[in-house]
Amino acid sequence: MATVVELPVDLFKGPVDPDWCPGCGDFGVLRSVQTAAASQGVRPENLLIVSGIGCSSNLPGFIHAYGIHSLHGRSVPVATGAHLANTDLKVVITGGDGDGYGIGIGHLIHAMRRNLDMTYVVMNNQIYGLTTGQASPTSTMGHQTKSTPRGNPEKPLFPPALGIVSGATYVARGFSGEAKQLADLIAGGMAHRGFALIDVFSPCVTYNKINTYAWFKERVYKLEDEGWDPSHVDKSLAKAFEWGDRIPLGVVYKSDQPIYEDSEPVLQKGPLTKQPLGVGKELFAELVEEMI
Amino acid sequence: MQEVTIGIAGAAGDGLDKSGDTLAKTAGRLGVHVYAYNSYQSIIRGGHIWLRVRLGENKVCSHGDTLSALIALNQDSLERHAGEVATGGAIIFNGDRLKLDPALPLNKDVQVVAIPMKEVTTEIASQFGPIQPVMQNTVAIGAIMYLTNIDLSEAENVLADTFSHKGQKVIDHNVALLRAGFEYAKAHGKPITKEWKFSRQRRPFVTGNEAISLGAVAAGCKFYSAYPMTPASSILHWMASHADKVGVLVKQAEDELAVINMAIGAGIAGARSMCATSGGGFALMTEALGMAGIMEAPVVCVEVQRGGPSTGLPTKTEQADLFQVVGASQGEYPRMIVVPRDIVDAYYSTVEAFNCAEKWQLPVVIMSDLLLSEHPETIDADALKADVKIDRGQMVTQWDTSKGKYKRFSMTESGISPRTVPGTADTLYVSASDDHDEESILISDMYTAPPVRRKMHEKRMRKMEGLLKELPAPKLEGAADADVTLVTWGSTYGVVKEAIELLAADGIKANHLNVKYIYPFHAKEVTEILAKAKKKISVEVNYTSMFARYLRGETGIGMDAHVNRYDGEPFQPKDIATRVKDILAGKPLDLDVSEEEAREIAYHYLRTHAGERFRPSTLTRQDKDGYGEPTWKVEIVERITGKKEAEMAIGRESGATYYYKPVGQPEDKKATQSVS
Repeated sequence: MATVVELPVDLFKGPVDPDWCPGCGDFGVLRSVQTAAASQGVRPENLLIVSGIGCSSNLPGFIHAYGIHSLHGRSVPVATGAHLANTDLKVVITGGDGDGYGIGIGHLIHAMRRNLDMTYVVMNNQIYGLTTGQASPTSTMGHQTKSTPRGNPEKPLFPPALGIVSGATYVARGFSGEAKQLADLIAGGMAHRGFALIDVFSPCVTYNKINTYAWFKERVYKLEDEGWDPSHVDKSLAKAFEWGDRIPLGVVYKSDQPIYEDSEPVLQKGPLTKQPLGVGKELFAELVEEMI
Repeated sequence: MQEVTIGIAGAAGDGLDKSGDTLAKTAGRLGVHVYAYNSYQSIIRGGHIWLRVRLGENKVCSHGDTLSALIALNQDSLERHAGEVATGGAIIFNGDRLKLDPALPLNKDVQVVAIPMKEVTTEIASQFGPIQPVMQNTVAIGAIMYLTNIDLSEAENVLADTFSHKGQKVIDHNVALLRAGFEYAKAHGKPITKEWKFSRQRRPFVTGNEAISLGAVAAGCKFYSAYPMTPASSILHWMASHADKVGVLVKQAEDELAVINMAIGAGIAGARSMCATSGGGFALMTEALGMAGIMEAPVVCVEVQRGGPSTGLPTKTEQADLFQVVGASQGEYPRMIVVPRDIVDAYYSTVEAFNCAEKWQLPVVIMSDLLLSEHPETIDADALKADVKIDRGQMVTQWDTSKGKYKRFSMTESGISPRTVPGTADTLYVSASDDHDEESILISDMYTAPPVRRKMHEKRMRKMEGLLKELPAPKLEGAADADVTLVTWGSTYGVVKEAIELLAADGIKANHLNVKYIYPFHAKEVTEILAKAKKKISVEVNYTSMFARYLRGETGIGMDAHVNRYDGEPFQPKDIATRVKDILAGKPLDLDVSEEEAREIAYHYLRTHAGERFRPSTLTRQDKDGYGEPTWKVEIVERITGKKEAEMAIGRESGATYYYKPVGQPEDKKATQSVS
């Protein structure tokens, strides 16, 4: 493995300051992404942050890196295209629970089963924040929101469980109130060869009055403190459902498996962006000859 | 100049497309021009497949009007098309299995070649093993080769190439079958054509989708994403089967949302990218198209139209997605919409699409349709050049920071802001779907500034002016003083060209305006052309004359009349010529159900209600039948015996099925409804 030369975190300071509400969980996530990139020695020009739409999806504008701030729910396919075009880039997808687990969930499942070498950090605040407080796919049952005044009638999704069954090979859960651990989890995801899903509790201080910092602090514990071995898929899947009085943080599941890129012959010649364009006269003549 | 059209009819799974290929490729190698159209259904086995292969000493631009010879692979096909074979033509079928009803009216001097398949293949079977049903096609092709004076040895070469991967024995087997058919026809028939003047200039036999695929790889496409959808899927198949060789990463995605978003991601990262779909998939892509517009990201999207709306007619052609493509995505954004008119044009339009997408940093939609994309046609061997120009536009590969900060969306006169791709040092930026300033900082949230938005929007939209100047304006083809100007877009170009020749033969002088660039639009040039035209008639494969409406919006000039077809089948030259003559004669459009159409309706009813045992026989006009409209009374007979089995009535105005009455039984109430 190449030696990692750590970079100063300040190198990743963005051109403008975030416009999130004071106290928003996303500040901690941004800092953790910057810390992780610095610790991994990924130069800003080789880092591509791709997001969708939502408060948290504004993140690419707040970090010094290349960014694509795409459509609601479409960050994963946009990132897939960019990543496959230039596999020399380190691609990190950032977004929220509505973006990733609601409108964009189809893409997420397929990206995970492909085991593409990308890292996806979901800032999960269990609410639609930018649209001022409606129920999201991870809102708990009974949660009263603007769109569910009688309480949310639907069961929430368990993202880490979804990640494991869909084929992600690095599934972790973080909390923006645990900045150091979160930075390590993201760095671990970036270093991991394969699809990394990192679901992060990132409280919305404005619209989610239930799942607050205090609520999480009472419940979370760190898997590493309990000597958790994330390499058993069945045990990891059970752990992924743990919720209620005790909620685990850390790497829930990790497995080394072939990635999509390994199976793509065209990529064995290097990134597409560095390959010559067009076909030579001889090959072209051969292609035309097939039609005669 | 000689030409001949051979129809091959059967069911899906009969392998008739492969047989047609052998015939067409042979002709193409001999230097004969070929145009083929396969009318098929969305079914893997069964149904009715109707392939027409037209050969000509001169270039042929449609599948034509005349059927010279028929190869029928099943009883249904024999009955349905035998009567269409022109005077002096031929009908070929397996005489062991099929029977030509002597009651069916045939044109004069039509040769009936009922091949005793078992007898002519006995020796071959003893040498190579039993004859499979699809192998009979090869025998029939051999027979047609003799009847149409096509060189047998060239056909043997084509078979040798086609089956080279299966070994010499399979080649020998097929060649033997081909010769058997040829010899049988030689002994029992006579040629229906004169000798050809074979130039032996080998011509490729290419579909529109193959031309688009070839154009893409010649232009340097590196990333192709798609979700299967007829009639765009054959681009995916070509790309996937050639991917390693031509160096394209082909990604089948989970849906069309992913397809175009992947292609845009790849484009932003610096790989030339393309995707393709039909109208339904395009509907899912529209939001992302606008994203490419505001991000000024290059992407090429191919929209192959099929019969709509909704799932519509999956395997049929139409030109009814114009407003969907023109209206795609919310807001205004720079983009290009180009509509190729034929195979060669599809190739160069695709190359141009890649260059314009990168030079002008915008999405380009290539609009095709099932006819253009799926029909194969011979082209000149050197018509497609490999060494096309690749223009990537203004790219910054290194930035000198002493010149100041790099601005991704810098304000320029042309509207083109030199771009960089991720991985380049000191030029970092965010591609944002929100509107943004020169430095790509959002102006949508905290920093909204109306003048910044105004100037950024003007910068983007300004690109349309420069792009328009670069694109060649449409030209009027034919005499400037023509009595009538036919106005078209896309694939109707060829058939309208032939219709104009038919009109000329009848003393009607027509010229032709085919418009290729829908957006940006050459409003000034088109207005000048139309303002001088005497009588203007649009010809479109849709119901609402969309392009005529679009033209009126852009030029203020309306058409005098419209010619439309929307039954799923492409125009034939005579359809257009006849309707134009009627329009000029002031004859109103007759939408009544014709006898041939009534027969088709009866076939459809029988297939869905009575199975394959029956067929429609004689049709008689009934002026008063108690249904509030004139009807067609259709006699239904049993296929084998010709015995009358039932009777049904079809409304001549409405097309409704009024009754179905088996002989000696009361009428089927299910089919009965009254018109009020």
